[in-house]
Amino acid sequence: MPGGLAQTGRMNGAAPRFDPAQAARFLFARAHPGWLGLHYAAHGSDWVELTLPWREDLVGETGSGVLATGPIVSLMDMACGMAIWTATGEFRAVATLDLRVDYMRPARAGAAVHGRSQCYRVTRSAAFLRGTAHDGDPDDPVAHIAGVFMFIPGQSR
Amino acid sequence: MSAGELAVLAAELPAYARSLGIGIERLEQGMPVLALPFDSQVEGRPGVLHGGATSGLLESAGYAALRAELHRQQRSVRLKPIGVTVQFLTAARNQTTFAIGRVNRLGRRNANIEVLAWQDDPARPVATAVMNILMVEDGG
Repeated sequence: MPGGLAQTGRMNGAAPRFDPAQAARFLFARAHPGWLGLHYAAHGSDWVELTLPWREDLVGETGSGVLATGPIVSLMDMACGMAIWTATGEFRAVATLDLRVDYMRPARAGAAVHGRSQCYRVTRSAAFLRGTAHDGDPDDPVAHIAGVFMFIPGQSR
Repeated sequence: MSAGELAVLAAELPAYARSLGIGIERLEQGMPVLALPFDSQVEGRPGVLHGGATSGLLESAGYAALRAELHRQQRSVRLKPIGVTVQFLTAARNQTTFAIGRVNRLGRRNANIEVLAWQDDPARPVATAVMNILMVEDGG
């Protein structure tokens, strides 16, 4: 169960197994994810859920109070990357090849958005993901996503 | 006409686009070219533009292209996103990224838009997007 400590995935001093709760502390400390204020919510063996807090300057339509779709793509993209590292146990460089987002409905005004991505298949060179974004009720999603990522050879991020 | 149109389109950029640092650079055959300067708030891996920020720029350029076309047709509608697919072609480096949209279809209820993002050369895009947008008549 997620306890915030890296589990030892391999014997004899191999790199510890990737732990999303722990990694979130440095992944979200700076740059674009830090600016958005993303934070870790939960994870399972092949999925990660992150939260994008509501903020006035992330609103998409002036006066609506509804988060823009752009930050939701960022949220889902990050959740996908972390789901890959969680599923494989390895923190290695990945690049988003394509990401499809279908918007079911706008998020509620003033609501944070939660994004859960699942890495359902990994091959030698690619990872396949699906996920949903919701604003409180996981059974009433704001968006569904599908993504394909490639591993970047020779780079350990 | 062009400068006024540019100002109108710039004023229509949402809070998210403005706080990301997106501005409207110029019009190219009537379509707005958006620019996103590189800054720590759009950075992913060190020195590389975050894919989410690239998507934000592409979406903003798609909406701006559609609004420009709607202005020309003197239509006033609210825009609701149905879907967007972003293709990432290569890592975007630490310099300004540009994007322009093209309205492939504009019907009464929905629009299909294609967007291109590049850094040095529009012929070598860093990312592309296809967007489907629903339009709801104002006051309807």
